Amino acid sequence: MKISRRRFVLSTAVVGGGVLIGYAATRPSGHRIANSELARNGEKYLTSFIKIEPDNEITIYVLHSEMGQGIHTALAMMAADELDASWENVHIEQAPATDLYAAGDLATGFAEEFGVPSVLMPLVEASSLKVAQIGNLQTTGGSSSVRFTGQHGMRVAGAAAREMLIQCAAERWGVPAAECTTALSYVQHNASGQSLSYGELATAAAELEPPAEPMLKDRSQFNIMGKAMSRSDIPPKVDGTAPYGIDAHSEDMLYAAIRLAPVFGTKLVSVDASEALQRRGVKRVIELEDSVAVVADNYWRAKEALKLVKSEFETSEHDDVSSADLAARFERELAESNGSKDLEVGDAEAGLETAADVVEASYRVPYLAHAPMEPMNCTVHIQDGKAGLWTSTQDPLSMRGRVASVAGLNENDVTHHPSYCGGGFGRRLPFNWNCIDHATKIAMEFDVPVKTVFSREDDLQQDYYRPAVISNFKGGLDSNGNLIAWHNRFTGPIQIPGASHPAYAIENQSIRVVDGDTHVPVAAWRSVDHTQQTFFIESFIDELAHRAGKNPYQFRMDMLQDHPRHRQALEVAAEAAGYGRNLPEGHALGLAVQESFNSICAEVAEVSIGDDGQPIVHKVTAAIDCGWAVNPDTVEQQIESGIIYGLTAALYGEISIENGRVAQNNFPDYEMVRMATSPEIEVHIIESGESLGGLGEPATPPITAAVTNAIYILTGQRIRELPLNKHDLRQSTPIASV
Amino acid sequence: MATFKVNGVEQIVDVEPEMPLLWVLRDELGMTGTKFGCGIASCGACTVHVNGSAVRSCVLPVSAVEGQEITTVEGLAYAADDNGLNTNTVSLSQVQQAWIDHQVPQCGYCQSGMVMAVSSLLASNPNPTDAEIDASVTNVCRCGSYPRIRRAIRAIANA
Repeated sequence: MKISRRRFVLSTAVVGGGVLIGYAATRPSGHRIANSELARNGEKYLTSFIKIEPDNEITIYVLHSEMGQGIHTALAMMAADELDASWENVHIEQAPATDLYAAGDLATGFAEEFGVPSVLMPLVEASSLKVAQIGNLQTTGGSSSVRFTGQHGMRVAGAAAREMLIQCAAERWGVPAAECTTALSYVQHNASGQSLSYGELATAAAELEPPAEPMLKDRSQFNIMGKAMSRSDIPPKVDGTAPYGIDAHSEDMLYAAIRLAPVFGTKLVSVDASEALQRRGVKRVIELEDSVAVVADNYWRAKEALKLVKSEFETSEHDDVSSADLAARFERELAESNGSKDLEVGDAEAGLETAADVVEASYRVPYLAHAPMEPMNCTVHIQDGKAGLWTSTQDPLSMRGRVASVAGLNENDVTHHPSYCGGGFGRRLPFNWNCIDHATKIAMEFDVPVKTVFSREDDLQQDYYRPAVISNFKGGLDSNGNLIAWHNRFTGPIQIPGASHPAYAIENQSIRVVDGDTHVPVAAWRSVDHTQQTFFIESFIDELAHRAGKNPYQFRMDMLQDHPRHRQALEVAAEAAGYGRNLPEGHALGLAVQESFNSICAEVAEVSIGDDGQPIVHKVTAAIDCGWAVNPDTVEQQIESGIIYGLTAALYGEISIENGRVAQNNFPDYEMVRMATSPEIEVHIIESGESLGGLGEPATPPITAAVTNAIYILTGQRIRELPLNKHDLRQSTPIASV
Repeated sequence: MATFKVNGVEQIVDVEPEMPLLWVLRDELGMTGTKFGCGIASCGACTVHVNGSAVRSCVLPVSAVEGQEITTVEGLAYAADDNGLNTNTVSLSQVQQAWIDHQVPQCGYCQSGMVMAVSSLLASNPNPTDAEIDASVTNVCRCGSYPRIRRAIRAIANA
């Protein structure tokens, strides 16, 4: 049990008449690199607080951002179950962005998963964050909240609080603690028939020393976890009362519309704002290093006036760059360099030499924008050396630090007001600082709140994109059609180590990466590297299966002997989808399986080709092994969500570069799956009982290859370049089934 | 000056006639339930009802709603009194309740518009076919709540 490495110390406070029971932990110097990073700075404050009021109402504070993934509810379920709380009397609140509510468990979790917390290292290196605070994150990303904060934080907090309440009751009754039981927010002593509510015990319990190693429940003892619970954030989301960052409002608020340098990295040269300043409601035109903003008393007025601002940005070496140029550069790098090692197993070159058949293929994907439904926005109010901050974010604590750093304030003088996130998908993570920085600099010019809002055009053209990647393969098959060599060269960056490694048992593998850096800024995009790498791997494996004359399902299963969870996921999805059955005329099934964020997800897509030459995805059957399900209904939701997010990218997703800048403007040229194009989705949850896996991302990677593998069967066209709307699938030669 | 009713309450605003209704609602009246998504009537996050019909408010000039009855998502959730004015009594509409029953929203940002679009559809067509749903509900949900939206609509239609 992981909690044995912790020592719990008392941390209590009275808030709103209730008693907070929480814990802080000291991490011993670790056996791993990351743990030594953590321990160097001594004591860490941990996070998850449980407030118990005299009337037995319980509030659970959750430090992660609710972006629709249901973690407020899931994390509260984990604490409440261990606490043996009455779920009906549990309230859930977003924890404030203060050091006290930082997610130390995230760093530990990532460290355990990756050996070093590489995903988090940029955070450590950031000047705006103290190295000492590697553990002090509120990041919601990496599909990590439930499996790290929930498992190592919320459950432990609930269990510790329960033991303290029992101890308190036992002392009051003069009975052994072992004779006391808990249920529905009461401690009971059955022998004497006594019982006390948690509310009656909380004040005294908070004075006790928390247990060093509270006992966590066995899964058979769960009362709340594992049940489909309604999400606490849904009622306010159906009546318009749920606050998002963009909904910050006050009578004296001003609004900023902004024009950023269209070519990334260039600076503003000159501005003529004379016409804009004549417009009704316009207060100021603010010139920043890379942008010009109009501030008015209404966002529409600011936006309209901005159209009248004449601005000139400096020229740059990237002014003539197009997507074709970048692709040519990637190809050149792949041709000229053997790259740096990602994975070397056996001798892939020798394997290719001895192979009876060598298959070569080159795959590519374009840049992608995140396009959360809530456009980027940030409201800052600076007055008397203090700042209020309203922004939907995947990391309130980092945003607080960033605003403080930009405005030259102490971070404790910046208050972030929590809100729901209108989608994140990686866009609202730290280091995607534009909008936050701009809003802060603009607000520094005023003493009233200023809300800076990116238009949808700004959102698409000023994102930090999923990288465009080219990936070249050679696969060697022996005379029996067995895959004996896997040779892969692709353009970076690598954001998730291991995402390019196939799970399949292949004796000889050589996977190397060349530099894919361009002037286009990149960042994590839902499922990060897995989104493109799974398309590559699961497509090329499919190519090899067909080339070997083998059934694509059996070809995979034969090479997954060491991965029983992959096999089971594939088997469950294939069986549920009726893989191998007679399909309606013109329909085919394609499949893909991938592990990401410690979950295994297999998907089978049923596809046909429409009269317009575009694929129609009728149904997706998914099997997800996330260890076990905390809230099965949100598991299903996240699988549905991940599939549709990935399908949008497969069908339509492309950010292209022309003249150094993004060519797309708004949804018509960055189209989305909508009701009419959304497939039926069937989700099967596999309760393997393994350690918890993530859910926000793992359903996104397999969908593209599942669809394109079906397209191959239908048309004989192997899709090696996305999006699909570039291809006319009417010219086709269906493949005989194998 | 523009004069119209929002959720039964008369509003008089001193704005340019071409200002889209969305920004009158959000920035002038402080009614933030109606969302900004694209500004070009593509995504539907800004959907409201004008005289009961779904309209995308981000491109609808306020001059076009002079004297009209606007309903926003905030107006769906409250019981009206005898004069048609909203009371403080929360009374979720059938669509809103179905959205909770089927756990439809994820991030929820598009759902104000979805709820308004679906309410309008069901008011005129209580039992729409899948094709009619597809043609009528063209709003974007980036989280992909579409399967649940369809399920919730079906449940209402079959109730």
